[in-house]
Amino acid sequence: MRLLAHLLCALPLVWLGGLAALDRLGANPVEAAIRFTGDWGLRILLLSLAVTPLRQVAGLSALAPYRRMLGLWGFAYAVTHLLGYVVFDQFFDWDNIGHEILKHKFITAGMAAFTLLVPLAVTSTQGMIKRMGGGAWRRLHRLVYVAVPLAALHYIWMVKAGRTQPSIYLAIALLLLLCRWVYAWRR
Amino acid sequence: MLIRRPDPIKPSEITPRSAYLSRRRLIAGAAAWGMLPAGLALAEAFPNLRKSDYKVDEALTSQKDVTHYNNFYEFGLDKEDPSANAPGKLKTRPWTLKVDGECAKPGTLDIDALLKESALEERVYRHRCVEAWSMVIPWAGVPLADVLKRFEPNSNAKYVAFETLNDPAQMPGLRSGGFAWPYREGLRIDEAMHPLTLLAVGLYGETLPAQNGAPIRLVVPWKYGFKSIKSIVRISFVQIQPKTLWNSYAASEYGFYSNVNPAVDHPRWSQAKEHRIGEFGRRPTLPFNGYAEQVAGLYDGMDLKKYF
Repeated sequence: MRLLAHLLCALPLVWLGGLAALDRLGANPVEAAIRFTGDWGLRILLLSLAVTPLRQVAGLSALAPYRRMLGLWGFAYAVTHLLGYVVFDQFFDWDNIGHEILKHKFITAGMAAFTLLVPLAVTSTQGMIKRMGGGAWRRLHRLVYVAVPLAALHYIWMVKAGRTQPSIYLAIALLLLLCRWVYAWRR
Repeated sequence: MLIRRPDPIKPSEITPRSAYLSRRRLIAGAAAWGMLPAGLALAEAFPNLRKSDYKVDEALTSQKDVTHYNNFYEFGLDKEDPSANAPGKLKTRPWTLKVDGECAKPGTLDIDALLKESALEERVYRHRCVEAWSMVIPWAGVPLADVLKRFEPNSNAKYVAFETLNDPAQMPGLRSGGFAWPYREGLRIDEAMHPLTLLAVGLYGETLPAQNGAPIRLVVPWKYGFKSIKSIVRISFVQIQPKTLWNSYAASEYGFYSNVNPAVDHPRWSQAKEHRIGEFGRRPTLPFNGYAEQVAGLYDGMDLKKYF
């Protein structure tokens, strides 16, 4: 089952590689690849956020082991997304990247979301959980509650028009946070 | 900018009629068998296209990219939507433009009459989208000024307003909300009369594909692409600055002038550089898209940060 989950998470990346190899990414392949990895990163992170409410509300505790896997896969897509931007879109033009981070809020939001995910990925191992202690680890990992809505906001602020899909992502993220809040409050 | 005088065409370079006729039969056959990419099947070549001196000395963007990476929201929001949805759906004949407003001779312009009586010229222009990508496109068309003058605009004609077809039966994108359809654009009269401003009826030597704004569209090469309105059905001479679709949608992001300007960022992204489709990396964006020498004088004394 775990292997299947890994394969499913890797599938979009393999699909993207195939499209790139066959030159089927269209007239602007860099943009297409960046959008694609961003979309899937956000989707997988939303799935990772759904694990706990599904466990609490629907009693699907069998899903619990997949939370970390989904989180790390989401991070992997975010890394690919960011590398696509830095390497292929900007060609390491650090001046311009710095300018965009400071002046353009959709880049600011995206970079902030990514930065918040980094410590979570670093502390995702069993050893780190032990070293930090469960309470501190849990507190740190609440950063994901900020990172995912920020990522959705990054998407909303990026598009020229057609805000429906990114707004749905943001709504799902907020709904999943609301589930946690309601659950904690009712206890 | 370089404007190069084209070399004289040698007789050996001119395609004999029999050759292009058989080529067309081949194309028609291929189209019938579904072997051509959607949208190219219906194109017809212009036999008497005259190469113009308005020509940038840069590599052309491939015909496939020019015809398959389009913003034409009437046919969907994604770049691939127009080439998938417009061909066959957009009915380009019969097609007339209504010309009205502040002029002595309001009337209509029939696309076939225009094609018959005009000396079409090919111009190779840079095309810079507000989204920071660009292309180099060989358009076929006539200067807008030549067409406008026939209707004898009067001294009240300070601006020219343009309108795109607004037919939900042909344009599925019109049903999705958010925009104040129909698509509208506008130019100041001196911009409209400028020799660079083109009414295009073709690209790559053939009739305009539906997704590129068939059968007739505007091309204003020193402005962001959205100013170059597609599939025009109405042109009006007006006294006050006309409402435009993108400006109505987000006034802080899409100004009326929208001259290409690397020094004025879009509020949400930089305009300093652009991605030339078909290339890797980004190249610097030029003031007025490289046409400053010809058009900067139109804006003497204007604060281009304010009138962006």
